[in-house]
Amino acid sequence: MTLFDWSALALKILFVLGISFGMVPQLVWFERRGAAWMQARVGPNRVGIFGLMQPLADVIKLLSKESFIPAAASRFYYQLAPAISAIAPVAAMAAIPFGSFLIIGEHKVPLQIAQLDMGILAVLAFAGLEVYPIMLAGWASNNKYSMLGALRGSSQMVSYEIALGLALVSMLLIYGTLDLNTMVSYQDQSLLGFLPRWGVFLNPLACLIFLIAIFAETNRLPFDLPEGESELVAGYHLEYGAGKFALFFFAEYVAMMMASALYITIFFGGYALIPGTGWILNLFSTMLSPDMFQNLLALAQVASFIFKVGCMMFFFVWVRWTLPRFRYDQLMHLGWKLLFPIALVNLMAVALIIAWIGV
Amino acid sequence: MTKIVTHKEGALDKYYIPALIVGLKVTLKQFYKTLFLGQSTTINYPEERREYSQRFRGEHFISVDPQKTENCTACYLCQTVCPADCITIVAGERPEDANPYGVKKEKRPVSFDIDALRCCFCGFCEEACPKDAIKLSRNYELATLNRETAVYDLDHLKREVKGRG
Repeated sequence: MTLFDWSALALKILFVLGISFGMVPQLVWFERRGAAWMQARVGPNRVGIFGLMQPLADVIKLLSKESFIPAAASRFYYQLAPAISAIAPVAAMAAIPFGSFLIIGEHKVPLQIAQLDMGILAVLAFAGLEVYPIMLAGWASNNKYSMLGALRGSSQMVSYEIALGLALVSMLLIYGTLDLNTMVSYQDQSLLGFLPRWGVFLNPLACLIFLIAIFAETNRLPFDLPEGESELVAGYHLEYGAGKFALFFFAEYVAMMMASALYITIFFGGYALIPGTGWILNLFSTMLSPDMFQNLLALAQVASFIFKVGCMMFFFVWVRWTLPRFRYDQLMHLGWKLLFPIALVNLMAVALIIAWIGV
Repeated sequence: MTKIVTHKEGALDKYYIPALIVGLKVTLKQFYKTLFLGQSTTINYPEERREYSQRFRGEHFISVDPQKTENCTACYLCQTVCPADCITIVAGERPEDANPYGVKKEKRPVSFDIDALRCCFCGFCEEACPKDAIKLSRNYELATLNRETAVYDLDHLKREVKGRG
């Protein structure tokens, strides 16, 4: 690798980290104020304009508190858990493309940190790591409630990963690739002349199953049983305070963002432009050189990707303040007796259709 | 006649999908109403205050005449009627020179204590008072830093309150 490649990579990493870390406070803010608005309240509006500095104040509070470790806790694993929980979703984010490519001088810079041919497997592998911090935290805290939360959390995540995987396989059959860039370029065309050829229109059932599964994977309401404030106090992170709790909190939002990014890449055209905005770009096509036009296009793609992720995050918050929490048996019922068979049948149907008429 | 409405459960209802969509619609509607129409049920409290009824029973006060002499004649009616037993009056004679009305207000409360921690704000004292001396104002911010301040003495009760506060 040349110096140019190294610096481009470093800039991309900075960009992704900056966007995802920088978005967490806004998300926390929106979660709190959005909750208030949905419940006809005002919400936190004291710190900064519109209360935007509230998450910052929260973080300062958390970081300046005493970092406490329970005497009976297993020290190493207790400290390892929040670290893994923060690293796994950030690492998964590396394989998700957020734009096509920029042309700088002679070089073509793909807007993706790790160009992997089987990017989706890398994302799933890192996303699968997210079950470890829950188990480790629950076990290492040496607390009944943490343990129960960890048991619930790990079994829930393992159960829903099956439905998630099957829904994903049906999409892989349609796209015929594991490369996320190829998936996006497949979706960046029109279906029947008026619809974008997005995964959601090709296979709406898989889209719904995947959506439910990522809610369960990120431990969001209606699937927040591992935390279950009213019954488990706080679940697996009950014994955590100060900076370590802040890490868990932060990781939850990064995991949501990562899940939304993956969901959008598979079902909503990834960084493909939002339908109906292409003509604005085409106005510039004659004015700019092809290289510059490609750069402009790439920037527009990054913007539409961020916009789509933002819409998804809104949906996360919206659902959280609408639906009540499942009971544990209902959760398992939904996962194993409904989603799993439906996903299987869906997968078979997709396979048969593809065998008959081809992609 | 009670009209019995039975809802037939369709196949979609079994998977809760219509109910989910209805629920999401409700929250989105409320989101729009609070954010854009300002229909919030809560207020920014210390800056904005709710308008309470004129009959609201809050912090006590003792009405005074233009010469700042309390209207109370220490008749003990309020102390007798008080169900929470929170009023303690010590009666005494008003000095001749401090009495601008001659014989009219010769009896006075030497001390008049109301233990607000015991008070249940029933307003019986207000009703019993023949001189309209003790009244309940509309002030509801009664928090104090210690128990001693929650016992109102005559000086505190004689503060000027316009109307009913």
